[in-house]
Amino acid sequence: MVMQEERTMEPQTTPGPATRGIVVQKLNAWYGPLQALRDVSLTILPNRVTSVIGPSGCGKSTFIRCLNRMHEVVPGARVQGKVLLDGEDIYAPGVDPVRVRRRVGMVFQRPNPFPTMSVFDNVAAGLRLNGLRRPGQMSDAVERALQQAALWDEVKDKLKQSGSALSGGQQQRLCIARALAVQPEVLLMDEPCSALDPVATSRIEDLVRALKERYTIVIVTHNMQQAARVSDMTAFLLMGDDRAGELIEYGQTRQMFTNPRDERTEAYITGRFG
Amino acid sequence: MTTDMQVYLRRRTTSYLMVGLCGLATLVAVSILLLVVGYTLVKGIAFLNLDFVTQTAQPLGEPGGGIRHEIIGTLVLVALASVLGIPVGLLAGAYLSEFGGGRTGLVVRLVADVLTGVPSVVVGIFVYVLVVQPMGTFSALSGGVALAIIMLPVVARTTEEMMRLVPATYREAALALGIPRWRMIVSVVMPGAMVGIVTGSMLGIARIAGETAPLIFTALGNRFGFAGLGQPIAAMPLQIWRYAVSAYDTWHQQAWAASFLLVMLVLVISITVRWLTSRRYH
Repeated sequence: MVMQEERTMEPQTTPGPATRGIVVQKLNAWYGPLQALRDVSLTILPNRVTSVIGPSGCGKSTFIRCLNRMHEVVPGARVQGKVLLDGEDIYAPGVDPVRVRRRVGMVFQRPNPFPTMSVFDNVAAGLRLNGLRRPGQMSDAVERALQQAALWDEVKDKLKQSGSALSGGQQQRLCIARALAVQPEVLLMDEPCSALDPVATSRIEDLVRALKERYTIVIVTHNMQQAARVSDMTAFLLMGDDRAGELIEYGQTRQMFTNPRDERTEAYITGRFG
Repeated sequence: MTTDMQVYLRRRTTSYLMVGLCGLATLVAVSILLLVVGYTLVKGIAFLNLDFVTQTAQPLGEPGGGIRHEIIGTLVLVALASVLGIPVGLLAGAYLSEFGGGRTGLVVRLVADVLTGVPSVVVGIFVYVLVVQPMGTFSALSGGVALAIIMLPVVARTTEEMMRLVPATYREAALALGIPRWRMIVSVVMPGAMVGIVTGSMLGIARIAGETAPLIFTALGNRFGFAGLGQPIAAMPLQIWRYAVSAYDTWHQQAWAASFLLVMLVLVISITVRWLTSRRYH
């Protein structure tokens, strides 16, 4: 029955779950001497929304920043362990982080469109600055990305305006369009709604549900209702005694929110701490 | 109740006093600037006319005469110094901001700060030994080199400060798109800091446009006009200095007029660039 359902949801492709998606094995991360993550292992399924929840400081953001090698951008930061993207370890020697980031896009907590660029240039930035300019196809690519981010109708007449002239919610969708324009496989979202009002938040959530058709999505959120609303799978992190984040429980969202296996998950979900 | 009132009154008095002092300090600072510009303007404008800008110098005793050669000379020197100094300063500033976290960065920063404080006469002598002696002649080129050296640390340090001010979120946004680091610096950080970088370059130009001492050993001055970068060249500050220390009233008058022009030149460049950089978007 479950197998049947799986098959109808992904009729067209492909090899089994062993190769596609992200397999994280014994991931450890540090900021200088401080360990931020310890021995996190989990498998992120393709074309699903996986939410990462947990109290502040438990390493949620650090975790997803390890999935596109953005963690190492911070001076003194260090990673140990394996992250297999479609079966290939992105931390293997010789792997260029720049190429990893083209396949794994990211949306940040605060909307951060490039202030010196227009709406159009913001979306085109990833293609242009990667030298992937295909003359004549740029405007098609930009329109497609803005359509996917459900922003096209609102900005099609202001493509030449500054990206920072849009509203907060529009700016965040612009950032999503910018990430989608380079056609990544995975989209990482680091608390994408925490700076937005409820209306804008609900639009982003609709968008996330629509985008999983084409992308694998990992979303960090402080908001447990949001995790319950948008995600298929949920990972719960908690910091250990030395403040390093550990994975407490990982499973289907519905099961986790109705019948958690670990009592700490239950305590967190029911609001008894955190 | 009474003590509350007393505390309130004391705080209010202190506040008024401090705001008043701030206002006074601002007034002093601005009025000194206005006095300098105003005095130069009043003294200079009386002797300013079209001939003064378009004509060349007359022998002593002859009426009229202008500083055409000196204006051209200063423009050439400033342009030369900018061409040499701004790119190097800009790249040095970018290095300090983006890669200057380690020991090398510290040393370069220290050297730049020391260079800012080196008296310009010393820079002139240095360039005299470095360029003038090997070339065997005073030249526009050596003048440009001297001015570029003075300009360099100003441009480098302001560029660095301005690039550092570009928020980390924009850098991360660029890196997360799979944009290489160098491209992020050129296409995201530098445009974000452009107004500041241009301001830094302007500060550098304003600093060198009026420099006199380093030109004495390098550009020397030239009564016969521009004769190529390998030959001595006239400059407004040099001529102002020579006229001002002379014993003749007509030369003093010309020095005032030339000072006025020099101040205006710097002012016009600054305002134009401010205007240009503030027009992008919004």
